[in-house]
Amino acid sequence: MSGARPDLPRWADIGLIPLVNVLLAFIVAGLVVAVIGESPLEAVQVMLSGALGSGEGLGYTLYYATNFIFTGLAVAIAFHAGLFNIGGEGQAYIGGLGVGLLLLGLDHSLSWPVLLPLAVIAALLFGAAWAFIPAWLQAYRGSHIVITTIMFNFLASSLMVYLLVNVLNEHGATSPESRNIAETAQLPFITDILGGFGIKMAHTPLNLSILIAVLACIFVWIYVWHTPWGYELRTVGQSERAAVYAGVKPRRVILVTLCISGALAGLVGVNEIMGVQHRLLLNFNAGYGFTGIAVALMGRNHPLGVVLAAILFGILTQGGAELSLEMPNIDRNMVTVIQGLVILFSGALAHLSRPWLEALFALLSRRRPSLKEA
Amino acid sequence: MEPELLLRTFAAALRLSTPLILCAMAGLLSERSGIVDIGLEGKMLAAAFAAAAVAAVTGSAWLALLCGIVIATLMALLHGYACITQRGNQVVSGVAINLLASGLTVVLGSYWFQQGGQTPMLTDLGRFRPLELPGVALLNGVPVLGAVYRDLISGYSLIVYVALLAVPATHWLVNKTRFGLRLRAVGEYPQAVDTAGVSVPWLRYRAVLLCGLLTGIAGTYVSIAQNAGFSRDMTAGQGFIALAAMIFGKWRPYPALGACLLFGLLDAVSIRLQGVRIAGIGEVPVQLIQALPYALTVLLLAGFIGKAVAPKASGIPYVKER
Repeated sequence: MSGARPDLPRWADIGLIPLVNVLLAFIVAGLVVAVIGESPLEAVQVMLSGALGSGEGLGYTLYYATNFIFTGLAVAIAFHAGLFNIGGEGQAYIGGLGVGLLLLGLDHSLSWPVLLPLAVIAALLFGAAWAFIPAWLQAYRGSHIVITTIMFNFLASSLMVYLLVNVLNEHGATSPESRNIAETAQLPFITDILGGFGIKMAHTPLNLSILIAVLACIFVWIYVWHTPWGYELRTVGQSERAAVYAGVKPRRVILVTLCISGALAGLVGVNEIMGVQHRLLLNFNAGYGFTGIAVALMGRNHPLGVVLAAILFGILTQGGAELSLEMPNIDRNMVTVIQGLVILFSGALAHLSRPWLEALFALLSRRRPSLKEA
Repeated sequence: MEPELLLRTFAAALRLSTPLILCAMAGLLSERSGIVDIGLEGKMLAAAFAAAAVAAVTGSAWLALLCGIVIATLMALLHGYACITQRGNQVVSGVAINLLASGLTVVLGSYWFQQGGQTPMLTDLGRFRPLELPGVALLNGVPVLGAVYRDLISGYSLIVYVALLAVPATHWLVNKTRFGLRLRAVGEYPQAVDTAGVSVPWLRYRAVLLCGLLTGIAGTYVSIAQNAGFSRDMTAGQGFIALAAMIFGKWRPYPALGACLLFGLLDAVSIRLQGVRIAGIGEVPVQLIQALPYALTVLLLAGFIGKAVAPKASGIPYVKER
């Protein structure tokens, strides 16, 4: 996304700058904690031990990370085509609707091993469908994808409120929720699977969906870097005009890429509805779409980076919950602040540290000119 | 509907439109200069929090307004620094500002006031109360005019009138002044402005500052005029509706005002219709009416209702040596 500036060695460009950016974000977050009158270092300690120190913490961390991987990949693949999908929030919501409708229809006749592939397909289709209209408008009518996906986030939320209040809620119940799906249709928790092998672990929401997240990462890696479609996608992202000269049809690429992006976000529905909530309810998608942007930016739009960033945000979310218990002065919304800072420093201010680092490297290479010649 | 109720619905619509109008003008000024701003929501939320916090502590509505404006302007400057000086991605910066505002208001609020992110309820002291315009009592006896004057023209807080004035002011600034001409030029073709020897960054910074000022007033209105205190995420997407209204008005002040009033009216009607059965139709789903602004904007963007063309250079950082 940035013009290549050759003054820095490659490793610094790929490794050092993102690290410095994230570090800056955490320093500012630390300042906020200090303003509140708590020790930032102690806060980090509490967060780490809360997120990784116990089986329970670890389970929650990975459960959050599963969702972040889906939405992070969704944003990342769109970025490669030069598109900004901030509709992950709505696509995840509607993906969950697809899973919920499928399960409410079939949970008494089929069991989870049969339902799982169907649910994945439902999530992919519904998520892709919610991205399709903005995608089509972007490709063929030139409406800006950012605005249309924002609008579709709100449309999704209105649609879900309508469905859950008027159509899908249990007969006679006042709460906007569907009935629970049958136990045989629920995805097994990792705790129960490990329990089958005699390994005891505290009960957490972590479920089989994390394997789907791993598969999704592998899919994106293969699709973007090892298929002709991925090549076309990246060409369009680099320059639409060059893509046309190369015989690529940018419109089709935009349409397909955004639908894949929406489909990936839709997979949040499998984790949430089939894996954890076991019913359709409001706002199960809360914030995952926006965190996906932070995850993709931090992970530099690479599946491996996305996994690492998703785990980091899993740690922050789980650790943040723990932190608000240990230090009641710090609200758990601190995680949102950190997300905002990461997006700011790794995204909008990505080149803030570059001049300083360039100067530093120039200084170092002047001292040892032999390095430059080698 | 009885005329009394109709008048009240229109008045409610104007009250609901006020933050939309202010934010739409803010977004308009920013985008006409070439800076896309999806952070209207965040700036308004931060200002709402700052205003409510200051009003709760000092009891002064004016001081609250000042602080709301200062905070929103600082956030606007951050957006400007990222987009203009650092040439960062403007959408990314907007998302960051929204998240920062949503998180920081709750984190700082629950630390300062220990009420789970809310600020203490304000009494009349420290709020902008509805004003009664002179002559209400005088006209009260007059049949139609008296009621219209009392319910529709008088009885809003000061900020509502400020918002209504902001529209002709924006129109004048953008279309009738030298600054406005340059502003429009810098949003369409910054190279030309640069060639003429006018600073592109300074023009854009001024637009962004004006945007901060207006979102600051909007946020203050939400927390200390419309409501009596701050609660978490209280702007509830109004910044995005304002963005939609601005697009709906095709980046022009008066059409944008029309869109804001339409969206405000839809909101007011949906509140009125909650649970009401209409003969022949049955219960109208409130969500449908609430979704209309978004659906209409998508239709407009798709080119099905006229054509909305954004300023040509919006979203593109200006690089001098190009």
